[in-house]
Amino acid sequence: MIEFTNTRANHLVDPFLQIWGWEIPAYLFLGGLVAGMMAIAGWFLFPDRHRRADSVMALLPGLGLVLLSLGMGALFLDLEHKPCVWRLYTTFQPTSPMSWGAWILVAAYPALLGALLLSVPAFLRERLPALAVFSDGLRARAPVVRGIATANLGLGGLLGIYTGILLSALGARPLWNSAVLGPLFLASGLSSAASLAHLVTRDRSESELLARADSRFLQAEIVLLALFLIGLTSATQVHIRAAGLLLGGPFTAMFWVGVVGLGIAMPLFIQALAVSHRIRHTPVAPLLALAGGLLLRFVIVHAGQLSRWGPV
Amino acid sequence: MARFGMAIDTVRCVGCTDCVIACKTENELPWGLCRDWIVTEATGAFPDTRLELRSERCNHCDRPPCVYCCPTGASHVEESGHLVQITKELCIGCKACLAACPYDARYVHPDGYADKCTFCVHRVEQGLPPACVAVCPTRCMHFGDLEDPHGEVSRLLASRRHHALQPGAGTGPRIFFLT
Repeated sequence: MIEFTNTRANHLVDPFLQIWGWEIPAYLFLGGLVAGMMAIAGWFLFPDRHRRADSVMALLPGLGLVLLSLGMGALFLDLEHKPCVWRLYTTFQPTSPMSWGAWILVAAYPALLGALLLSVPAFLRERLPALAVFSDGLRARAPVVRGIATANLGLGGLLGIYTGILLSALGARPLWNSAVLGPLFLASGLSSAASLAHLVTRDRSESELLARADSRFLQAEIVLLALFLIGLTSATQVHIRAAGLLLGGPFTAMFWVGVVGLGIAMPLFIQALAVSHRIRHTPVAPLLALAGGLLLRFVIVHAGQLSRWGPV
Repeated sequence: MARFGMAIDTVRCVGCTDCVIACKTENELPWGLCRDWIVTEATGAFPDTRLELRSERCNHCDRPPCVYCCPTGASHVEESGHLVQITKELCIGCKACLAACPYDARYVHPDGYADKCTFCVHRVEQGLPPACVAVCPTRCMHFGDLEDPHGEVSRLLASRRHHALQPGAGTGPRIFFLT
């Protein structure tokens, strides 16, 4: 028998850590989503999809800028000392994933803006002829297009992995202490972005392409989730106890039914039927995949705060 | 270069919480928050039972994860005494350090910055022991330089059985509990 009595009752720390509410999971989801959108935008720039008026490229960069700003807004809301937020940008701390993230987020803006300038939507081209001329000038320069595409691919990858490393670097929370979390959040971000692009595209061939890509990302997510759980359950006692939060503990139903069942398995099944032309493409699968991506962040962030090295 | 640490005799500690009150008074802590606290750990089954009373606080780790994860450099290791400290003007209140600490030794001050035990550095600089050590009625707390082999803390650690908290976390805590 072991019994503990702790006289401490610090707000947000006791009886268990509850420092991060909805803001951080929302920020991690939006960050991952934008990371995926940047990667897809970069990928689509190479075959010159930005020249096609009906391509989703006309929407991705602008939407990415809005969602990235919303994500940074959620991060800002979470800060306890908001007037000091500018301190993030007066230093670079190489051991801090959050410092890396702050600078990656800043670098993401010009990359997305570059992609936006290459694929200015038709309604803006009509209203701002000067912008259309500038955009055409950029499009004519192949090295510029390649540079913007590479920047979006690279920064998208970095941003997607960072959202996972932000948590996995916090070794005091055993559930997060897994190197798989970075690739897992990247795969989830790519899946969410492919789903969103699938929802908004008007081009049938792109729909098909994005549904196929989403299926691959969801399959990768399943493999990475399995590796994540195998890694935890084959590690130390504290990691096994942390994995128990998802394997029989309070987050079991939300994780297995919400994230794995409705968020990954179900859209994967529907996409498989759609891409083999047995059913029509509908918004159901992309919406489920997006909800699954958001729920994954909520489950991991909140379950992780319950996991600890010390006595339970 | 000094490297301050503590040895706390769990055999002599009676859990009176004088150390907690002294810290709150000395550092003018806000209502409801504390930088140190008492843990009562009862183990075993009757009649083989054991009770350990511990006065716990920030461990001023040799490898402090709170410092490594801080995005602004607010959490840092001060050269004099190797103490982990917080510059409140630099802290943005992101709470990464709270998540990074395996001892849950930090909290958010109502003014928005992360806060924790400083080992009463303002007293140590004047050659005084931390407030918690100074008031302990059973003299169970010992503060000193771990680099000084002839110091009180080093001698106690060399002669008594002791343990640190969560050594598996790999942070190199500098508070030792004598058993």
